[in-house]
Amino acid sequence: MGVTPALDRRVVPVDPKSQDGWVTSRLDFLVNWARAGSLWPMPFGTACCAIEFMSTAASRFDLSRFGMERLSYSPRQADVLICAGRVPYKLAPVIRRIYQQMPQPKWVISMGACASTGGMFDNYAVVQGIDTIIPVDVYVPGCPPRPEALMHGIIMLQQKVMRDRLRDGTLHTEIEPDPTSQLYIPPSRIDELSEPFGNSVNQTRSNP
Amino acid sequence: MTAPNLPAPSSGTAPDGTPSTPRGLPHRGGALNPSADALAERFGDAIVRSEATWGETTVFVHVESLHEIVRWLHDEPTQRYDYLVDVTAVEYRDAMRPIEVVWHLRALGHRRFLRLKVELPKRGTLIVPSVIDVYCGADWLERECYDMFGIKFDGHPDLRRILLWENYQEGFPLRKNFPLRGRFSRAEQLKQALAQDPEARYSMNELTIAEAFDSLPEDMRRRLAADRARTGEEGVE
Amino acid sequence: MTETTTRRTIEVALGTSGLDANGMPIRAPLVVQGHNAVALEGTSTFEPELDSDHMLINIGPQHPATHGVLRLVLELDGETVVRCVPHIGYLHCGFEKIGEYRQYNQIIPWTDREDYLNSPGNNVAFALGCERLFGVEITPRCTVLRVIAMELSRIISHVVWLGTTSVDMGAFTPFLWLYQERENVYNLLEAWVGARLTTSMTRVGGMAADIPDGWLDGLRAFIKGFSKTLEESVKMLETNAIWAGRTVGLGAMSAEEAVNAGLSGPMLRASGVAYDVRKDFPYMDYETYDFDVPVGTAGDVYDRFLVRAEEMRQSIRILEQAVRRLPDGPVNIDDPRLILPPKHKATSEMESMIHHFKLVMEGPRPPAGECYVAVESPKGEKGYYMVSDGSAKPVRWRIRPPSFVNLSAIPRMVEGHLLSDVIAINASIDIVMGEIDR
Repeated sequence: MGVTPALDRRVVPVDPKSQDGWVTSRLDFLVNWARAGSLWPMPFGTACCAIEFMSTAASRFDLSRFGMERLSYSPRQADVLICAGRVPYKLAPVIRRIYQQMPQPKWVISMGACASTGGMFDNYAVVQGIDTIIPVDVYVPGCPPRPEALMHGIIMLQQKVMRDRLRDGTLHTEIEPDPTSQLYIPPSRIDELSEPFGNSVNQTRSNP
Repeated sequence: MTAPNLPAPSSGTAPDGTPSTPRGLPHRGGALNPSADALAERFGDAIVRSEATWGETTVFVHVESLHEIVRWLHDEPTQRYDYLVDVTAVEYRDAMRPIEVVWHLRALGHRRFLRLKVELPKRGTLIVPSVIDVYCGADWLERECYDMFGIKFDGHPDLRRILLWENYQEGFPLRKNFPLRGRFSRAEQLKQALAQDPEARYSMNELTIAEAFDSLPEDMRRRLAADRARTGEEGVE
Repeated sequence: MTETTTRRTIEVALGTSGLDANGMPIRAPLVVQGHNAVALEGTSTFEPELDSDHMLINIGPQHPATHGVLRLVLELDGETVVRCVPHIGYLHCGFEKIGEYRQYNQIIPWTDREDYLNSPGNNVAFALGCERLFGVEITPRCTVLRVIAMELSRIISHVVWLGTTSVDMGAFTPFLWLYQERENVYNLLEAWVGARLTTSMTRVGGMAADIPDGWLDGLRAFIKGFSKTLEESVKMLETNAIWAGRTVGLGAMSAEEAVNAGLSGPMLRASGVAYDVRKDFPYMDYETYDFDVPVGTAGDVYDRFLVRAEEMRQSIRILEQAVRRLPDGPVNIDDPRLILPPKHKATSEMESMIHHFKLVMEGPRPPAGECYVAVESPKGEKGYYMVSDGSAKPVRWRIRPPSFVNLSAIPRMVEGHLLSDVIAINASIDIVMGEIDR
C-alpha cells in the first residue's frame, strides 16, 4: 500500500571474533520481540488526533492486536509516548516532564501534523514540532491521520524496536537538557526547525 | 444576490409572534431592538449612539455609565437581560479607530439580543468596569479579554491571565501590534515556556494558606514568594 | 505532620484505597490521621475537624479523565472538596489571531479543529455567520443538507460524550458500541466530503460538495442501526444502580444560577431552563421541523445524561424529516463573487477565469459590518462574532465557546462533593478543550 518506509540503514557494529555473537543475536531478537509486541502506549492526547487515536483503539481498528490495548496514563508504566494533538507552549513543560518520567527504554510517536511540525498553527502559541522538546522516533503525518496511518506508524516503530541491539550502549540513554535553557538541541537548530515553509511563508499578512 | 423563490424577508419573528429564521436582513438601518429606545429614554447622554447591522442592535455607551446600564438592563422587568452571552473586544486595523469592548446580552424571556459597546482610545488606559457582580458568568470571559487585549476590568476579584501562563512576557496576543508568530524567536519562546515549572502554578489568591504561610515547606514558600514578586500581585489579606 | 489548630495546606498523595472492611466504597468523609486517611465512625454528614489538615490535589493537565488538557487544583478536607480552581489554556493555539490572517473560506478548516467533536456543526455555524455578514441567502437544498450535517454532528458528539463518560465511571462497553456507530457516521462523512473527523464541509455560500448518489440510503441505514444501539446503551445505564448512584444529586445547579452563570446547552436545560437556540432564535428553518427539546428538573449529572440521550433521539427525528424533505436543486448559490466557477468555465471563459483568480488569490470580500450568529451546538450556544472592515480577512473573529462558560461554573458544582464525584461532574459538563482554549 503506497509508500515504502525508508529503512534505517545504520550499521550496527558486530564483532565476528566475539564468542557470544549467536547468543546475543537470539537474545536481542527475544527481547525486541517481547518489547515490540507489547508496547504500552501513553496517550498524550490533546486535540483532534486524540479522537482518532480513540477510534484506533476502538473495535474497528483495534490496537489490541498490537498488544497496545493497555493504555497507560501513568508515564511510569508506559513504553511509548504517543503525542496526539497540538502542543502549545503552555503545555511544553508538561510533556517534557511526562517524557522524563517514563523509564527507559522508551519511544515517542508524534501523531499528526501539529505534533510533528506545528501543523497549521504557525503562530505565537504552538510548539513547532515536539521534536524541539523531546526526541521523536516516528512521525505520523495527517490532520488527523487516519487510524490506518497511525497503525502504519506503529508498525514502523515495531520494526525500529526489532532493530535494537543490546550491545549498542548509545541507544536508550537519557538525554540531559542544558541546565540553564532546558533545551535538548541548540537554539539555532530549534529556530531552523521552526522556520515556516510552504504556504505558511506567505500567509502572515493581515491586511489584504 | 438572493434567489427569487425564497420566502419573504423576516426579522426573526413570524407574524403570529413565534420565532422564525431571519431572512433578507438589511445591512444597515433596520429596525432597532426596543431596548435601544428604552435605554436612550432612561440614560440620555450616557448613550452615544445606536445602530442596527444585519438585524442586530448595537448600543454605544460611555464607559462611566456602563455598569449602571448593565445593572438596569438586568434588573428592569421590561428588559430582563438575564443572560450574558459574551464579553470581548475588537481592535481595528485602522490606527485611528478606538478599541471597542463588546458585551453581548440576551433576554431569554423576551427573546431579545443586544450588543453593548464601549469605545476606548488606544493611547489611553484600557480599563472598563467589570459586570461580574451582575453576571457571575463574566468571570472567565473578562479574564480572557484581559489576557488577549490587556483590558483591565475594574472590580474583577481575580484578574489574571487565563489562556497563557501568568507571567507571559511577550504581550497581549490579539492586539494588532502583536505579530502573528510572537515577538521572540522560537528558541526563546521555548526557553521561556520550559522555565515554567508545571507544579508551581498556584497563586496566593487561590490558596487559603495566608495565615499558615510560615509553616509551609521551605521550597514552596520560596516558589510562592518568587511568584508574587514576578507577577506583582498583592497578598490575600 | 505536627498537631496544629491552624489549617495547613500540604501536598500529599491520597493514600487510601477508599474501601471499608467489606470492600464497599466508603462514603463517609475521610480524615488524615498520621499517614493514613481513615473514616470517622458514625458520621454521615461532613463535619470539619479543627485539627484536620487540608490536602492539595492536582488533577491534570495530563489525566485520562479530564477530557482534554484541563488542570483542576482541588483543596480537599478528607475526601470532600473544599475548593476547586480550574486552570485552562493548555491547548491555547491562537485561533482567533490566525482568523485575522486568513480569508473567510480559509478559516473553515480552523473551525473544524476547535470543537473537534462537532466539526460539521462548526463548519455550518461559521458559514451561516459568513453568509449573514455577506448578506446572501443559501439555496433550499443547502439549508436542508446543513441541517442533516448539524444533526449528525450532534449525534456523534453526544456519542463521544456518552462513551467517555461511561469509561470515566467504569463502564467500558458503551464506549465500544457507540464508537462503532461513530465509525458508521465516519463512513458517511467520508463519502460526502472525503474526511472523517475534520470535515471542512461548508463554504461561504454553499457546501464543499453535494452528497453522492446513494448517500441518503446510507443515512437511512445508519438511522435504523443507531436507534437500536442508542436504546441498548441507554438502557444499560439508565436504571443501573451504580450509574444512578454515582450521578443522581451530583453537581446540581439551580435554574437562576445556571442562567446567571451563562450556561447553555444540556447543562442549562437539565436545570430546567428551556432555552434552545434552535427554538428561540431559529436558523436554517428549524421552526419548520417537528422536534422536542428535553428539559430536566434537578440539574444534576443524571438529568444531564437523560437530556443528552433524549437529544440524540430528537436528532434522529429531525434527520428523518430532513431526509424526506430534501429538495433538488443546486447546492451552491449562483454568485460568482462567492462561489468558484466550474472548472470547464474557468478554463474557457475570461470572466470566469477572472472570478476564479480573484476568489483564490484575494478571497470573497464582505461589506463592512459585524454579525453574531449563534447555533445550538451539542455543548451549548456556540457563537461566531465576526467583524469586517470590507477586506477579505476579518478584523476580528471571535468564537463564543459554550464549554468555556460551562466549565467556569465547575467550582460551584464541585465544592462539597467527594473526589470521585469531581470526575463525574467534570464529565457531565461535556467539555472540549480545543473549544475552551482555542
